[in-house]
Amino acid sequence: MSDISLIGMMSIFTAGLSIGLGAIGPAIGEGLALANAMRALAQQPDKANTITRTLFVGMALIESTAIYCFVVSMILIFANPFWNYVLDRSGG
Amino acid sequence: MEISPDNIILWQSGIVKLNATILYTWLVMIILVGGSWLVTRQLSVQPKLSRRQHLLEIIVDAIADQIRDASRQEPSQFLPFIGTLFIFVATCNLLTLFPIYESPAGSLSTTTALALCVFVAVPLYGIKNRGVGGYLKHFLQPSPFMLPFQLISEISRTLSLAVRLFGNIMSGSMLVAILLSIVPLLFPMVMRAFGLLIGVIQAYVFAILAMVYIASGMRAQKSS
Repeated sequence: MSDISLIGMMSIFTAGLSIGLGAIGPAIGEGLALANAMRALAQQPDKANTITRTLFVGMALIESTAIYCFVVSMILIFANPFWNYVLDRSGG
Repeated sequence: MEISPDNIILWQSGIVKLNATILYTWLVMIILVGGSWLVTRQLSVQPKLSRRQHLLEIIVDAIADQIRDASRQEPSQFLPFIGTLFIFVATCNLLTLFPIYESPAGSLSTTTALALCVFVAVPLYGIKNRGVGGYLKHFLQPSPFMLPFQLISEISRTLSLAVRLFGNIMSGSMLVAILLSIVPLLFPMVMRAFGLLIGVIQAYVFAILAMVYIASGMRAQKSS
């Protein structure tokens, strides 16, 4: 197998792997956060504003781990430095 | 497909490039500065206010309330900075309603610049409220051995602030672009509407996190 196809194959494989694995943890975390926020809302409906705000901020913080994985996989597919290097070498 | 609007170069002369990020940032700046200038021409305290003044007062009031809730302090000294961050990011993201517009917040350079503003603002507010010594002392809490970790946390949260906003907005526009090539009818519209919601939430989260970081920089020395 040539280097260029190996790099392409591994990039796409790793991109899928990173977004797949990176979605599992945040999904569980967001589920737990939402379940607990629902429980808190049921117990204290008066505090709905505070709970919802904290939930949003917390969710965004949890979600950012998934977003990091997404950025990594996007870089692997669309802006892969190794891929660009190989393309430059083979073109020049 | 472009990963960020930085790569869309509209005009180039030598090494001076005008990319989509800069152009649309200018557009947002013109809208914000022009809009604020228009609204603040005839401010009045009479019971009958103009509609534009009502709109701006609602926005400013809402931001001040949120700052008061998040920091438990009087919002007046944070309002210019945090309010600007929120309104700028929110406008950037809301304008994606228009077809050829690309949100500048979907470029890592814009979000890094915003995060650097927060990075500089945290020690500035800390020093202003507690003095240089008081602020620097909190790096040595709870023990001097924690100094490297405190510094790493300062830098890493700036980085995470930048990458979070960039990733969220970029993923939104990327999803719409991919969907447009798969199901061009109706579905991208739903995702676009969803993207507007995400955009406002991210602007809110960015501003609130900046506020929390600044407040933590000020509160840390209060206990010491």
